Order: sequence, then structure tokens, then C-alpha cells
Amino acid sequence: MSSIAVKKGFASTVWEYLTTVDHKKIAHLYLGAGGFFFLLGGIEAMFIRIQLMKPQNNFVNEQLFNEIMTMHGTTMIFLAAMPLLFAFMNAVVPLQIGARDVAFPFLNALGFWLFFWGGIFLNLSWFLGGAPDAGWTSYASLSLRSEGHGIDFYTLGIQISGFGTLMSGINFLATIITMRAPGMSFMRMPLFTWTTFIASSLILMAFPPLTISIFFLMFDRLFGSAFFDVTMGGNTIIWEHFFWIFGHPEVYILILPAFGIFSEIIPTFSRKRLFGYSSMVFATILIGFLGFMVWAHHMFTTGLGNVANAIFAVATMAIAVPTGIKIFNWLFTMWGGSIKISVPMLYALGFIPSFVMGGVTGVMQAAAPLDYQLHDTYFIVAHFHYVIIGGVVFAILAATHFYWPKMFGKMLSEKLGYVTFAFFFVGFHMTFFVQHFLGLMGMPRRVATFLPNQGFDLYNFISSMGAFFMAIGVIVLLVNVVVTSLKKERVGNDPWQDGRTMEWALSSPPVYYNFKQIPLVRGQDTWWIEKMEGKDELTPSEPLQDIHMPNNSIIPFFIALGLFIAAFGAMYNPLNSVGDGHPMGTVVLILGLALMFGSMLVRSIRDDLGYYIPKEDIENDAKGGKVS
Amino acid sequence: MKKWCLFLSLLIVALILTACGEPFLSTMKPAGEVAEKQFDLLLLSTGIMVLVVVVVVIIYLIVLIRFRRKRVGEDKIPKQIEGSHKLEFIWTVIPIVLLLILAVPTLLQTFELGNVSGKEKVDKDGNRENLVVNVRANLYWWEFEYPDLGIVTSQDLVVPTDERVYFNLIASDVKHSFWVPAAGGKMDTNTDNENYFYLQFDSEKADEAGNLFYGKCAELCGPSHAYMDFKVKAVPRSEFDEWVKAMQNFEETEPTTAVAQQGKEIFENSCIGCHAVTPDNSTPANARIAPNLADFGNRTTVAGILPYTKENIKKWIQNPGDIKPGNLMYDSENFSDEELDALAEYLMSLKAQN
Repeated sequence: MSSIAVKKGFASTVWEYLTTVDHKKIAHLYLGAGGFFFLLGGIEAMFIRIQLMKPQNNFVNEQLFNEIMTMHGTTMIFLAAMPLLFAFMNAVVPLQIGARDVAFPFLNALGFWLFFWGGIFLNLSWFLGGAPDAGWTSYASLSLRSEGHGIDFYTLGIQISGFGTLMSGINFLATIITMRAPGMSFMRMPLFTWTTFIASSLILMAFPPLTISIFFLMFDRLFGSAFFDVTMGGNTIIWEHFFWIFGHPEVYILILPAFGIFSEIIPTFSRKRLFGYSSMVFATILIGFLGFMVWAHHMFTTGLGNVANAIFAVATMAIAVPTGIKIFNWLFTMWGGSIKISVPMLYALGFIPSFVMGGVTGVMQAAAPLDYQLHDTYFIVAHFHYVIIGGVVFAILAATHFYWPKMFGKMLSEKLGYVTFAFFFVGFHMTFFVQHFLGLMGMPRRVATFLPNQGFDLYNFISSMGAFFMAIGVIVLLVNVVVTSLKKERVGNDPWQDGRTMEWALSSPPVYYNFKQIPLVRGQDTWWIEKMEGKDELTPSEPLQDIHMPNNSIIPFFIALGLFIAAFGAMYNPLNSVGDGHPMGTVVLILGLALMFGSMLVRSIRDDLGYYIPKEDIENDAKGGKVS
Repeated sequence: MKKWCLFLSLLIVALILTACGEPFLSTMKPAGEVAEKQFDLLLLSTGIMVLVVVVVVIIYLIVLIRFRRKRVGEDKIPKQIEGSHKLEFIWTVIPIVLLLILAVPTLLQTFELGNVSGKEKVDKDGNRENLVVNVRANLYWWEFEYPDLGIVTSQDLVVPTDERVYFNLIASDVKHSFWVPAAGGKMDTNTDNENYFYLQFDSEKADEAGNLFYGKCAELCGPSHAYMDFKVKAVPRSEFDEWVKAMQNFEETEPTTAVAQQGKEIFENSCIGCHAVTPDNSTPANARIAPNLADFGNRTTVAGILPYTKENIKKWIQNPGDIKPGNLMYDSENFSDEELDALAEYLMSLKAQN
């Protein structure tokens, strides 16, 4: 690889991205793929709201509605929100801790390609006989009965992309533990790095239960086992436990990095250090810990008994305390600051009241007897969209504006950003606020339609109109991205002027080895400290020397592709419960696994020691042109 | 922007005040002790939560007004404050206190509403004191069995007002959830095991709701999940007793018209394999694979969702798959219009009481 900037052809750019192990390029891949799935999930959401615009609508039929609704949830959680957060983690965390890459660059690429092929596999269900239709929770009694291969696409697709997530989580843990620059103690780490760290440890502990339960479901459907078949002595409640032991930490896997993003944005645009840094850190840890103690609040009506319901009710309420601490810390970060309302800050300001509303309805649901009424109604739909859109999606949109210059070297249009925010924010509250009342008025969730004369008509109509506002907001964002990409104007190191953490000390985008010399960290908000002392670059902790870098590799792509092919084989194996199995299925299964293990073997027996960038080249870069 | 938000929120408040839902369906019009307790908890928690939101919004607005860069000056570098133990202590302790206020009634109600010991109470003759109903949920219909009274019915649950009715809940195919919003929270019908809970229907509130409450399936169960409704007829005890007596003494009356007679013959050739027309519970539950039609003439709806008319009955018999896709009856049949008329007339003549 040359360090001299050359105009590359399309094919070589594609090859570069297929083989890259650079965390910044992998961030681009996550952003692109996650963004694509976000749009897909958004289109599904629009279908849902159009269908529910009026009573007894026939825009889509009942079966198709269930498929759309299932895929909307599954896509948004597994294929949009998480990958988009991974995009920013990849783009920013190594820079924030002063590292040249993540601990395992090869694994990082493998994680992305597994997620990618898993997502593609899941969505191919639309063209191959129907999508999964049992909700993103895929409760066992219903998912075992589901006709066609929809649920098999769900189990296999989620399994593959889940492996990718697990690997990425482990990678970030290793990176943050081992790759911090000298002086970057844990209690000096930026909050986004902290929340990535805690979210990754949640991934490490929450994904195995999902893997196991999906493995069981897959074997029940494809290979004739009976883990969840009641007539054969199986138990469906086990699925619920497994799923929510994963599923509840999952929402914290999403929201903690979102908290991290806002904990970066709010101090930056308030020109003030984060208020109560250490309590923020401990609140994050506490939320992560309590997140594992509360899964059964999704099952208050399952019939676990009074004692279980009582314990989980109180445990759930407890989570409100650390979350409240965070909200007040953000408010008091702004207090006494100098607030500039740029687009990222605007999202942060939209986030605070929206998320508080989602949080308080969460506490209401924690009151178990009240939840008997709220559970599985539109109240729940309203609640989790308030926390996931008001929290996670706002954070993703904020981070898109905030980190775009660092990732691509160009500034997204602020003007169009305000337009997007206005439509999205108003549309969001319009869509979901009224849904609280629909739930209280007796409308169950996941209904393909509703009958007239039940008092649901008006609010559903308002809700659907709100969805159109949100769609307009997203379209404006897309326009913004296209317009910005066509712009020539490039930005400097610290485009927001008030950057506090180390990524803002580097060029935008940073050179592929990130740091000419690994920096010395002299305190929290490293770059702010240097700036305040009048310096314009970080203090180095090492002399200028040759830099060791990993080689690019196509192997991760093929490992993931092998698993993707094997999944098709598994689905059409002769034992599958749908009954359309074929002996060729077994052959394809073996061929796919052979490709996967073969690729791994090649990786294992071929020594790939990377390469060194000579000192002279680095000096040359520093003097001469910027390198992307 | 902000003005718009204000306008919107005012509009929303107006909407809230004007609508709390329908008395036969809404959890905000509680029609019995269980729903009332849950509604009280809703009010208490909403009150606490509105307080929290108000405090946050006040601080938020002060911050936004006082600390804008335009106001504090473009070049000012604010003092970098690390934190404040006093403040942090306050906003840790106050939420804990608020949560305790909510936690106490939550715990009390959890045990109170989960206490089904009344189900087993017997008088000195060994008869159960309270009414018990076995609810069995099926792909897309509900069966209600009164084990102590020896009656089975489906789709329309009949209960006496002003007393606790205990339910044993189970599903026979996939998981469903039994929910009568106006009367109280839901309970899942699992495939694995029975669940228990109780509801109570207030006579005054039942009057307001026309003695007919809506029941719903609250757990996704397939394409017709949205159509898995049932109705609850809540009637005074005396009326209930009369209904029970009529059901217990149910005798299949011979059809009075020739058309109905023809319907009966078709029914006995085509339908009786699955549908019973007598309300006794002598057959075991797993043999009762389709809704019991004994009191069909007094049903409030066709298939739980359509208005009770002859046309709708005919439509259902011919093309149930159009009305409830994925149901286990059949998708469509080829009855002639004459046969449909006959069947409908026969079914409408099946009445325990007039």
C-alpha cells in the first residue's frame, strides 16, 4: 500500500473496501450497510402506518402485515441500529484512546462481513417464499407453527449476523483494555469510549443466550428436535426467558452508546467539561449491570407468579435511578456553559425531553399490576419507540452530523440538517405520543388492522400522518448526504472548533495509521487541554519511528460468504419441517462450511506479519499532502 | 419551531381531555375492582412521572434561555466544573424516594391481584363459593367452560356482575393472551401450563357499557390475531342463574320451519364432526376442536367480529378464510345459496333462552 494519494478507479475502490481491515474504512462499510437497512426498515414502517391509517384497511393483507411488522423490528434492531452504532464506534473509539487501529483488525472485518451476509440472507426471504412472521421476538409456539421458511431465514440470518456482533464486541473490549495510549487511564476515557466498553461487555454476555436459543429453534425447525415442542415435552416459556435474557440487555447495548454520543456532543457544544464525569461512568456501569437483572419484566403476564413479578418490578424501577443521574448531569453540563445549537446539539436537545418521556413510561410499566394492562398494547409500542427513536435514532442522526466531517472530510449541510430535524422531531412525537392513548384505550399491538367503532380511528390517523413527516425528514437527510458528497470543500482537524477529545486533533479524515506518534494523554478531554495551552497538536509519547500495520485481506469476506452459503444448505436440508428439503441441501451445507473452514485454514497456515511504514514516508506525509 | 411544538402539545392535551376511549373497551374507564386498582396505579405513576418531566423541563428551559452562546458571548470559555457531590446526591436520593412511593402500592397490588386462593374456597357442602371459568384459547376463537356447572360455550363469555370470577387459562395451539381491557389487565394463555387470575365486573359500569364488554387476544398468534375478539356479557346474578339453568336444561328443539330442518340435515352431514350443538362439557377438551354452537342464536357477533346478521353468517360459512385468514375451519366451501340459507336459519334457531 502506498502512502501517496492516487486517484483510484472504481474497481480498485471496491477491492479496497472488500479487503480493508482499517477501522475507519470498516466504519464506512457499517454506515453504508446500516444506513441501507435503516431505509429498508423505514419503508416497512411506512407500510405499517399506511395499513393502520384507517380501520379495516386493505393496503396489505394480514399475513404480509405480520411479515412486514416482524421484519421492521428485526431489521431496525439487528441490521440498522446496532451496525450504525458500530460505524461510529469503529470510526471514533480507536482515535479517542490514541490507538492506530482496533486490537484485531482482521476480526473487525470478519465481524462486518458476517453482519452483512446475515442481513442479506434475512432479507432474501422476501424473494424466497415469504419473510418471518412471528414478530422480532419469535415466540416459540407461534414460530414453530409458522408455515414456509420465514422463521428459518430469521434463525439463520440472525445467527450469522449475531456471530459478527459478538466478534465486534470482543474486539472493542480487547481494544479498549489493551490499546489505550500512555496516560489514558480508565477514568480519563471519553464517555463514548466508556459506553462502547460497557455495551461491548453486554454484547459478550447477552449474545450467547440468543445464539443458544436460536440454535434450539433452528434445530426444532430444520433437524427435527423438540426443545420448544410442548407435545414432545418441550417448553415454550424457556424461549421467552432466553430471548429476553438477551433482549433486555440488547436495548442497553443500543442506548448506552447513544448516551455516549450525547455525552460527547453536549460538552462540545456547551464548551464545558462533562458534569459529574465519574458518576456518569458509574451510572453507565450500573445500568449495564442492572440490565441483566430485569428481563422478566417483559413477561409479567406470562404467569411467573407473584414473587417473581414483585422482584422484577422493583429491580426494573431501580434502573431509573442511574438513568436519572445521567439526565441531570447532561442538564448541568449545559448549565453555566456556552451553548451553540448546531445540528448535533439540536438532536441532543431534542433527545433529553423525548428520552425522559420514554423513560418515565418505562417506570410505569415496571409497576407489574399496571403492566398487566399495558403489556402488548400500543402503549408499549409508544414507549419503546420513545426510547429507541428518541434515544438511539436521535443519537445516530446526531452522530452522523457530528462525525461526518471526521469520517469523510466534509461538512453535512447545517441548513438541511435543521429541516430534517424539524420534520423528524415533530413527526416522531406526532406518530408515537398518541399511541400511548391507543394502548390505554384497549388497542393491542401487532394487529394487522382494527375494526371501526372502538375509538381508535382518529389517533391512528394522526399517528400515520406523523410517520409521513418522519419520512420527509429522512429523505431530506439523504439529499443532504448526496449534496455534501458532491461538494469539494474540505474541513480542517477541528471543524466544530470546540472538539475536546483526541479525534479532533487529527486530520479529517485521519491518515490510515491515525497517529504519526502515539500521543501522551495528560488528562481527561486530552485535546481540549492541549488547545487551552495554545498547542496545535497532541504531545507525542514516542519518537518518530517505523509503524507496523496489518495487511488487507479478502479472507474475512470468504469466511462470511461460506457461512451464508451453508445457511441455504441448512435451510433446504432433507430433514426440514417445511418438507421441501432436498439431498442437494446437505451438499450445499457441506460446500459452504468447506469454504468457511478452508478460508480459516488458509488464514491459519499462511504467515501474515503485516508490513512497516518507513519513518521517512511518515515524515513525508506530515509535510506534504493529506492521505485518505 | 418552539411555538409550533407548544401549539401541537396544546392540541394533544385537548385531544386527551376529550377522549378516554369507549366504556366497553378502555382501560381508562375501569369497570371493576381489578381495573380500578390498575387505573389508580396508572394515575399515581403518571402523577409522579409528570412531576419528574416538569422538573426536567424547567431546568432544561432555564439552561436554554440563560446559557446560549449568543447571550454569554462568542469567545467566552466557561468555567470547567467537575461536578457537585451535593447536587448529585440530591438527584440520586429524590428519585429513589419517588420510586419507593410507587413501589409500595405496586408490591401490594401484585400480591393482591395475584391472590387466587378464592378459587379453592368451598362452603360447608363442599361446593365452590366462587364462579370458575376455564378459558381455552384456540387459533382464532375462545372457549369458555364452566367446570362446576357442566356448561361449555364459546366466543361469548357470560358472567355475573359484582362478584369475583376466577379464570383458569390455557391455549391449545399457540400462545394467546386473554384481555378484557375495561375489566382488568391481561393474562397469557400458555401452551405449557394453566394460568390463574380473577376479574370482577361492576353492575353500574356494566349498565353504562350496555352489559357487553369487548375482549381481545393480546399476543401475536398469526394472521388473524387482530380478529381474535370475544365478548363478555356481564349480567346480574339472577339473570346469570337463569342462563345457567337454561343451558343446563338445554334440549335441542326440533326446527320449526322446513328450511331450518334442511339446515339441520346439512349440519349433521357436514359440520357436526367438529362443532357440538349441545352445551354440556362431557367431551374432553382436546376433542372439542371447534367452537360450541349450542347457544348460537343468542350470539352477539359472527366469528367474534362481524355484526350478527344472517348475511354475515352465510358469508362466514362459505368463505371463512376471507374473514379470518389462517383459521382452521377451511378457507372456502361450495355451498349453494339455498344450503347457506338453510344452515344460517338452523344456526340462528339454536337458543338456550328466548
